[in-house]
Order: sequence, then C-alpha cells, then structure tokens
Amino acid sequence: MTPGEPLIRWDWIASHAGEISLRIGEHLELTVIAVVVGLVIAFGLAFVALRLPALSAPITGTAGILYTIPSLALFAFLVPHTGLSVLTAEIGLVSYTLLILIRNIISGIRGVPSDVRDAALGMGYTPQQILWRIELPLALAVIFAGIRVATITTIGLVTVTALIGQGGLGYFILLGIQLFFSTPLLVGALGSITFAVVADGALVLVQRALTPWTRLR
Amino acid sequence: MAESRGATVEFRSVTKRYGDTIAVDRLSFTVPAGRICVLVGPSGCGKTTSLRMVNRLIEPTSGEILIDGQNVLAEDPTQLRRRIGYVIQQTGLFPHQTVADNIATVPRLLGWPKERIQLRVDELMKLIGLDPGRMRRRYPAQLSGGERQRVGVARAMAAEPPLMLMDEPFAAVDPIVRERLQNEFLRLQRAQGITVIFVTHDIDEAIKLGDRVAVMRLGHLVQYAPPGELLARPADDFVAKFVGSDRGLKRLSLLTVGGVELAPLDRAKLDGAPVLSPSMSLRDALAVMLSSEAQEATVMEGDRYLGALTLQQIGRMLRVDEPA
Repeated sequence: MTPGEPLIRWDWIASHAGEISLRIGEHLELTVIAVVVGLVIAFGLAFVALRLPALSAPITGTAGILYTIPSLALFAFLVPHTGLSVLTAEIGLVSYTLLILIRNIISGIRGVPSDVRDAALGMGYTPQQILWRIELPLALAVIFAGIRVATITTIGLVTVTALIGQGGLGYFILLGIQLFFSTPLLVGALGSITFAVVADGALVLVQRALTPWTRLR
Repeated sequence: MAESRGATVEFRSVTKRYGDTIAVDRLSFTVPAGRICVLVGPSGCGKTTSLRMVNRLIEPTSGEILIDGQNVLAEDPTQLRRRIGYVIQQTGLFPHQTVADNIATVPRLLGWPKERIQLRVDELMKLIGLDPGRMRRRYPAQLSGGERQRVGVARAMAAEPPLMLMDEPFAAVDPIVRERLQNEFLRLQRAQGITVIFVTHDIDEAIKLGDRVAVMRLGHLVQYAPPGELLARPADDFVAKFVGSDRGLKRLSLLTVGGVELAPLDRAKLDGAPVLSPSMSLRDALAVMLSSEAQEATVMEGDRYLGALTLQQIGRMLRVDEPA
C-alpha cells in the first residue's frame, strides 16, 4: 500500500455506505442460495445413498472430487458456458457445500440408535414416518454441524466470485488489490469475517431451538 | 379385576430358517388369554426370533401364528404392530420426545383425539408411579434407568393392546430396581388382563413372572409348563440343569405359608418362635426360621393364630417330585 496512507480511511467508508450495504445484501443472497440449493441436492443424494448403499461410495466420492477442484479453475472453466453470471457463481458455491452436507446427513441418520429404530418399527411406524419423525430429527444436530461448516466455507468463497463479476463483499477486496488501496480491502475482508461469525452464531441458536433434547443431562 | 381383554396367541409349527441354519424349528404352543408366557433359554435358542415373528419384525419361513384365531401373516404389518405392545431391553425411547410424547406414540399413530391421548398419558404415568405434573415434559435423558423402563412399558400399554411383546425389558437395570419393576409389572398386567409374551435368559425371572414358561434350546421347544411344574418335573436333563440344582428352593418361592397344611398349635413350644404371615413365600419363611434357629414358627393372620409351620413340613415341600 502507499506509504503515508492510513490503513483505514473512514471518509471513504462513509462516502461508500450505500454500496457497502448493497454488497452485503448480495453476499447474503449468494450465500443463502448456495446453502439452500446445496441442502436440497445433498438431501436427495443422501437419501439415495442410504437406500442404495452400493451408491453411497460413488456419491460421496464424486462430491469429494468436486470439493478438490480449485475454485478459480472451476469458474474459469464455467464462464465460457454460463457467462459472468450468478448461475456460474452458484454452480461453484453449491458444489463446494455438497461433500460436507451429504456426509453429515448420511452419518447423522446412520447414527440413530438401532433400538430407537427397532422400537419405532415395532410400534407401527411406516418407513416414511421413521425417516421424517425419528431419523431426521435425531440427525439434526449432526446435519446442523454440516450446515455451519458449509455456510462459513461459502461465505469465504463468495468473495472469490468477485473475479466473475459477483462476489458481494469480495468486490471490495478485488477493488483494494487493483487500486493498491487498503481501505476497501479491509472492508471486504473484515466484513466477510464478521458475516461468517454472525451467521455461525445464528445457526447455533437455530439449532438449539430445534433440538432442545441435546442440551440436557 | 382383570377386564379379560387379552388375546389368545397360538404358534402352529412355526419355523424360521436362515440359509442352512434353523433358528426356530416347528414351534407349537398356545398362550392363553390374559396370561404371561415367558420364553427362556440360553442365547441363540431362538426365543427373540420367535417373539419378533409375532409382530412380523421377522417373517416365519413356514407355519402360522394366530392372534385370537387370526393369522398375523394375513394382516398389514404396520396395522398389526399398532395393536401389539412392544418393549425392548434398551427401551428404544425416542430421545427427542418428552415422556408424554413417547407414551402417546401409538395412540397418535391410531389418530386418537388429543384430549383422549392426554387423559391416557396421565393415567399411565400415574399407574407407573411417575407424577405427570413433574415428569410429563422431561426427556428420556433426564430419567433414571428404572424410570426409562417404566416409560417403555407405559408406551407399550398406551393404546390398550390385547397383547404385549417384551424382549428382556428388565435386563439392563440393577437387581433391586429390576425386582421392583417386575413386581409393578405383574400388578399392572393382572389389573389390565393383557396377554404377554416375555423373553428372558434369566430362569428366576421366568419363574417369577411366567404363568407358563417355554424353555427353548437350539430352536426347539423343550418344555412348556407352569413354573411349578417346570421345577417339580423338568422334561429332561437340559431343563433340570437350566432351572438349576436349587430348583427345590426356587419352588419354595412359588408356594406360600398359607398353602401348607399347618400343624396344630402347641403354645408352650412356640413361645419366642418367629411369627409368619400366610401370604409369605415358603422360601422367605425358611430364611426367617433358619436365621432365628427355630424348628417351628407361628403363623398369624393379623392377631389370629392359624397354626404352626415346622422345618419338616418345608422339607417335605422341597421334595420336587411332588406336584406343585
């Protein structure tokens, strides 16, 4: 950064307040869409893997490979097909949520004690009722652990999508790098971190409200 | 008084094969309505498999199981299971549901109206000795082992089933709690008149709870008899060994002081002798007499003398070849 320049210029922040709040909204939107779509896809694939155990390894394996693709390379590969669009950003963001979500849904449901399942079946629950009323509620704590990790990862990753014209707060990071100017860079980075911490805290509160039985004993 | 709404259960040549292994071999016996039938035997004898074929958690390879004359295989398994109480050793309570919600499981599946469910839950909680006001909203993790088993039993009884299946329900609790749970369960079962099929590997529990005891070994029914007869006349060496060399003493616990023809009172002799009540088991009477080194004991009902019990008389009852 330019010598003599202060690390943060508050006047710049004040004059860009409107744009900052706009980018925060964009960041939130990109994150929520990615996690929600990721969850829907992950639930579908996890249910398939649970019903057909032979497909369990291929499904988690594919999600694992997606997870290893460098995000920059993935976006570079997608742009010629889907352009500098929200869709391109979301394809990447969603791909990175799948591994952790699928794994946690599967292990959460497999972790339901067998005596609980046996009792439910023996008392006349249908397999559908066992899934929705017994297995999913009991797997919720593990599933939420996955949602938390996926959400934090996505919030960080959204900044990278600034390179394809999206990015939320990542826009300021990119701007800071291009202008050699530390204020927007810090706004972007600290904003993204704060967002991640707040989101994580909110998810913890939601989980506590949904699973009151896990905090007893 | 029993409402006699228990079902009759009949096993007709029921066989279960897994590949070449025969888990249950041509099992035939009838459980009379309102009675407790205990399936007992060493592990791998087929007792749990037999139990689980009644509510079709396991399907028999051949044979029939009839509940009040109806073949269970002709009914939809889910509907069938909602009519049959089910209790297991690890309780299988739903950790994410409160005590009240756990007990309400089957009534909800059956679509009972809310008010009826709540009345039934409160009634059952009182029956098992849990204060509904204090315990209704607790989760299973907040209960003791004994309380959890009680809730398991209450949950199985909730929809007033004519039949209950119980798989080692009291095996996981300590002996003192187990005895209390057994006594409570007997009281409940007698009051409700439910037919019960009960699996255990513990012969003492089988003798204590069973109206009939089915001793199984390697998938076969070796003997099916009331406990007194099982102890008095074991069908073969296996049963004799399984019930134990102390079967004479065990039989004493099934007999009461009041059931013995008492000797006439000789007041002079009985001065300072221990006092017994007619409802006491002969086993307990023997313990009292041995510990006070008395040859004779006075039997009293309230303040009325009924007669005297001598060690000799107890000795006579110990001779197991006599009918119970």
